Amino acid sequence: MARNPVTWLGSPTFPKAAKAALNDTQLRQNLRKATGTIRERRAAAVTEMTDWEQLRVAGEQIKNDVLARLDTLLVELEESVTARGGVVHWARDAEEANLIVLGLCREENANEVVKVKSMATAEIGLNEALEAGGVHAIETDLAELIVQLGNDRPSHILVPAIHRNRSEIREIFQRRMGVEVSDEPADLAEAARVYLREKFLTTKVAISGANFAVADTGSIVVLESEGNGRMCLTLPETLITVMGIEKLVPTWQDLEVFLQLLPRSSTAERMNPYTSVWTGVTPGDGPQKFHLVLIDNGRTATLRDSVGRQALRCIRCSACLNVCPVYERTGGQSYGSVYPGPIGAILTPQLVGDMHDPQAASLPYASSLCGACFEVCPVRIDIPSVLTHLRAEAVEAKGRTAESVAMAAAAWIFAEASRYEKAQKAGSLARFLAKDGRITSLPWPGSKWTSSRDVPAPPAESFRAWWRKNRG
Amino acid sequence: MRVKVALFATCLTDTFFPSTARAVVRLLERLGCSVEFPLDQTCCGQMHFNTGYREQAKPLARKYTDVFQGYDYVVAPSGSCAGMVREIHPTLGTAPPRTFELAEFLVDVLGVTDVGAWFPHRVTYHPTCHSLRMLGVGDKPLALLRAVKGLDLVELPDSTHCCGFGGTFAVKNAETSTAMLADKMRCVLDTGAEVLSAGDNSCLMHIGGGLSRLRAGVRPVHLAEILASTEEDPWRATP
Repeated sequence: MARNPVTWLGSPTFPKAAKAALNDTQLRQNLRKATGTIRERRAAAVTEMTDWEQLRVAGEQIKNDVLARLDTLLVELEESVTARGGVVHWARDAEEANLIVLGLCREENANEVVKVKSMATAEIGLNEALEAGGVHAIETDLAELIVQLGNDRPSHILVPAIHRNRSEIREIFQRRMGVEVSDEPADLAEAARVYLREKFLTTKVAISGANFAVADTGSIVVLESEGNGRMCLTLPETLITVMGIEKLVPTWQDLEVFLQLLPRSSTAERMNPYTSVWTGVTPGDGPQKFHLVLIDNGRTATLRDSVGRQALRCIRCSACLNVCPVYERTGGQSYGSVYPGPIGAILTPQLVGDMHDPQAASLPYASSLCGACFEVCPVRIDIPSVLTHLRAEAVEAKGRTAESVAMAAAAWIFAEASRYEKAQKAGSLARFLAKDGRITSLPWPGSKWTSSRDVPAPPAESFRAWWRKNRG
Repeated sequence: MRVKVALFATCLTDTFFPSTARAVVRLLERLGCSVEFPLDQTCCGQMHFNTGYREQAKPLARKYTDVFQGYDYVVAPSGSCAGMVREIHPTLGTAPPRTFELAEFLVDVLGVTDVGAWFPHRVTYHPTCHSLRMLGVGDKPLALLRAVKGLDLVELPDSTHCCGFGGTFAVKNAETSTAMLADKMRCVLDTGAEVLSAGDNSCLMHIGGGLSRLRAGVRPVHLAEILASTEEDPWRATP
């Protein structure tokens, strides 16, 4: 089976990647500023909703219902889309999906396509596959364009260039567009607009993802903030939408919940600026050919796991990234996947589906389990619980290691108070390593702690020893 | 009638921070409780569970229930361990006895916020993640601290941000943990407090270990030790 491109080939494990990223002071500054701002704005946008908790529960329940009936709802969607003149394609994995899309581009004799920002196409590495097949994909979302022109990788689900500040963006634009531009956001946006406008008007094929697909009407919904999506979705002759099979909602009415949850959680907006909805093909209006490519790429396998499957409720809002203290410091690229942050730490390894992969197995450990992600998740994904669940899978896959031996020994000691007391007494001898009441250096693995932190000298007498002497 | 309490000291406090457990005993007895310390107790299994050794956590969860069965209340000077017992033990197939983190036991069960304490120091308080988000302890610890005579409470900036401890996270992702610690220390130092308090010795060991390395002049003191301190029997720094 081909390797799942949801993780980037050759990515180091999370601790190694993070170590490098933490030294990038510009990155640290950019992220501190960006996540800090968006965190505050989200909190304000959510606080003004009196029924936010009910909305979260509704979002969770609708998505759980979708996952429970995915088989029949998908068939219903296929029928609705087909009835309205669209063509539905099914792809088991990234390779199949990329082949389908490339084939459709070739049918239209397209050697250039415009793209709406889409996580699904990034997950399957579509741009690279198209390029190899002689079709150049042009990203039209501003942040996605910055990443593309900078030959960079995305670092955030919603704002893939969040790791760049405006002077870095200016440099990329000047170098790649050959224009003089200031680092004012309005000027940068104008430069992108001029660069893209011609592409919108001349390109015959557009590729998009989907935020939601309504099973009973066959409508596809895309939310965006810049209007570039609306151009892609209306101007070209052919529209190809690539969508994960979990992006369904059963009925039109269900959108009511998500169109409230998503904008406030992701961009802190009360209402989404550009919400495009289309149903199949409308003669004389918009693209006259519509293809929907449904991708599995590890989702059915994820659905099999009763704890892990809740990751499929995700609506890609990025709220968990913005509040995550780990993400804020390491940035998104440390996760080695288009899905970074807390949701990436649980979704990516499940889509990879192989905990023997050391990079994927390192992701569930990229968290202090502080729980900030669960608190903000609009569909109530209990990320900390899934993290510990996946850690157990990682431990099982690894088999016998120095850590597992140490853990087994600790469990054996804790099993009996008498053994535990003996270990306590032995450990207490470490107090002789201390100077001024602190231990500043320990051998490995204790060195991992003492590299930045002192250890208090163990007391001569444990609490239980005191209790036994004074109260026993 | 005296409230009967079993103290779950937690393995970390029992071993490294006995003064905290002694403070809990002194505090609860002063408030009229009778305190027992079942000597068969060891560890709640949190380290094993959170690191992915779920199967090895199971016997420890069972042991906890066996040891503390029959007590009306179990009190732990740790939001993290109390959270492990209350939220995770039931998923490991046990039904643990009623377990409380110290601040919630004082405020919710005993119904006191003024425990008659005296602690003439400038203090800032870090609400640990599990007490905040797993247990929902909220501002109960702050209410307790505000009632302490002589105590100058200074608000900690970005107090709800994780300090970067995270159990084995602190060694498995030591560099990221340290980066989080750096920001937490900056916030602590910004307050000008001489004492950093929290309801978890694990987080305090982490932040305190960083402050100690920098000779920052801020001492970590568990909430229990502040609340146990009185004019007659004041808190003293133990070496």
